[in-house]
Amino acid sequence: MTSAPPDRHDPLAPLVLDPAESRADTATPPESPTTIFWRQLKKSPLAIIGGSVLLLFYLLAIVAPFVAPYPEEEMDRRRYFHPPHSLHLIDRQGSFHLRPFVRETRLANPQQFRYEDIETEERPLRFFVRGASYTMLGLVSSNLHLFGVDNGSRVYLLGTDSFGRDEFSRLLYGGQVSLTVGLVGILISFSLGLLLGGISGYVGGATDSVIMRSTELLLSIPSLYLIIALRAVFPIDLPSQQVYLGIVAILAFIGWAGLARVIRGLVLSIRRNEYVTAAEALGVSRFRIITRHILPNTWSFVIVAATISVPGYILGEVVLSFLGVGVQEPAASWGNMLNQARSLRALTSFPWLLYVPGVAIFLTVMAFNFLGDGLRDALDPRRVTGGTS
Amino acid sequence: MSAPSANTTPILEVRDLKKYFPIKKGLFSRTVGQVKALDGISFDVQAGEVLGLVGESGCGKTTAGRCILQLMQPTSGSVKFEGQEIVGLSRSELRPLRRHMQIVFQDPYSSLNPRLTIGSILREAITTHNLARGAAVNDRVAELLTLVGLSPTHQARYPHEFSGGQRQRIGIARALAVNPRLIVADEPVSALDVSIQAQVVNLLRDLQRQMHLTYIFVAHDLSVVKHISDRVAVMYLGTIAELAGSAELYANPRHPYTVSLLSAIPIPDPDRRRHRIVLRGDVPSPANPPSGCRFHTRCYMAQPVCAHEVPLLREVAPGHWSACHFAEQVAAPAPGQS
Repeated sequence: MTSAPPDRHDPLAPLVLDPAESRADTATPPESPTTIFWRQLKKSPLAIIGGSVLLLFYLLAIVAPFVAPYPEEEMDRRRYFHPPHSLHLIDRQGSFHLRPFVRETRLANPQQFRYEDIETEERPLRFFVRGASYTMLGLVSSNLHLFGVDNGSRVYLLGTDSFGRDEFSRLLYGGQVSLTVGLVGILISFSLGLLLGGISGYVGGATDSVIMRSTELLLSIPSLYLIIALRAVFPIDLPSQQVYLGIVAILAFIGWAGLARVIRGLVLSIRRNEYVTAAEALGVSRFRIITRHILPNTWSFVIVAATISVPGYILGEVVLSFLGVGVQEPAASWGNMLNQARSLRALTSFPWLLYVPGVAIFLTVMAFNFLGDGLRDALDPRRVTGGTS
Repeated sequence: MSAPSANTTPILEVRDLKKYFPIKKGLFSRTVGQVKALDGISFDVQAGEVLGLVGESGCGKTTAGRCILQLMQPTSGSVKFEGQEIVGLSRSELRPLRRHMQIVFQDPYSSLNPRLTIGSILREAITTHNLARGAAVNDRVAELLTLVGLSPTHQARYPHEFSGGQRQRIGIARALAVNPRLIVADEPVSALDVSIQAQVVNLLRDLQRQMHLTYIFVAHDLSVVKHISDRVAVMYLGTIAELAGSAELYANPRHPYTVSLLSAIPIPDPDRRRHRIVLRGDVPSPANPPSGCRFHTRCYMAQPVCAHEVPLLREVAPGHWSACHFAEQVAAPAPGQS
């Protein structure tokens, strides 16, 4: 290439590019990063299952007042520790009914709360029945419930607790607290972590030292003590709404530090890219460089980290409620439902008190982990196949 | 030192520009030494001129480019853009000047944000300086893409859909988006295939002539620089070894380092024998550069004086500057040079 190539071109006219250069012009339509992401995600069945389970749980939590047959705080003084009703399709004459029914029970042993079925009292399950009125999402007021049994009787699909409250209804209402605590928590802690980690990594110097030393301070305190100490700041008799917000704030306050450190590390490597220098050369403001050029390139990490850290918040709420400093009775949360299963007697005689919230927590945590794993694989550029460049 | 045509104010005056990187160690980041990436370079660039900056890896070419554009804070020295001192200006003071000085990068892969479409990359450049509004922004983006030989329809695409050469064109379009007067091209073709290199160099040269741009063209390849530059500065270990008009430098080098670089250019003729000067050893560490002439450890002409006396960059012929004690005795490389 010592001499000028003889062929000159008109820079104003689009070049006839050589074949090697015109890959982007070939007939295949360009794939947006989103398309590639979905194709990759579909390859992981566990992630799809996890995602579907979560979708279902969140949907149920949103429409809890409609799906739950009874209000979360309603006590049935005739049926403490009632075991889960079983649904029957075949009556005692042996004939089949399409509509499932439950049998009325009576307290056989008041000391041990042993109930037995009354064979003759069959209560068919009715759908879309009128019951206690509620307001859903602060918008829809109604008294329609998905299912129930005829007046005067009760259906407890998952049994009742020591106050005679329906576990199934409490599970749904509790899900509103336990499932959103994670989402709101990561929303707060990730905003904090991203912003502070981003500033720390990009600006550097004294700012970096101040932010990083604060995170170290926060991380050096055992988190359970920190949680309890922070909880002590709030009065014990707050309304449950405020307790809920308090818990989210506490968990988020503890959660941002670890994330900020990782984000700082990512930012340190991303800022060395020449597109950041190009933005600086153009005079783009620091805030815009951080929010537009640096942080979006941490998304794949952040999405995965967020998915994987949601269970931490759910379990955090469970721990707090289990210790009695979280969501206060009579409001339901999965944590304080689990709290009811603390005694040995409950475990041996009324195991549904453990299973019901336990399985819900287990499934949610597993689903989040599966989804997180799947997302990590789908967002890993080294795994992407069939893409250009 | 002044440039050949001293009657007009140069677009860029660089004086004794230094950039030392501290070497830090220990718990309290004690500075234990300095890497002298740039150790006092001075030159002028006239408007509409192309100044080539060549040298081996690690000689400070890229650092020079970044320090001139204030993308790095120089340790000392002065850079005047159109007569205005720009060293030490704050971010906000530099901002209005940024649109006059742009940069094209070496790596076409890391120089474009993978999360942004080509359109939004170019729009950002335009809107940052309020150069257009509303629909005019999109017109300008289309114009820029056409200017660099791409199609306006490409603006909805992401960088990963383009080849290296095309990405480099996008990088050039981004630099041109703000109508700059000075462009620092930081090894714009060294990451490309040889077949694409010529296209991009030609594009840069055409744009320069058409829009009366001024380039500082950084490269490690003398043949590429020769093709595009009016004058060439040869750098060695953070200093300028020789500075002359392009034709003069290639025909009549006055520094042994330049001679050895020129002798390494391949000649596309198998029958021609050439006398190649192979330099001994590696480039010394810029943290601990040799005393006297920095090149004396590898120089085939070295004399005792070279080890303790620093040669100054002096004008050995009109417009031809060399930093060698024996510049007058340097012979042009053996016949066979192109």
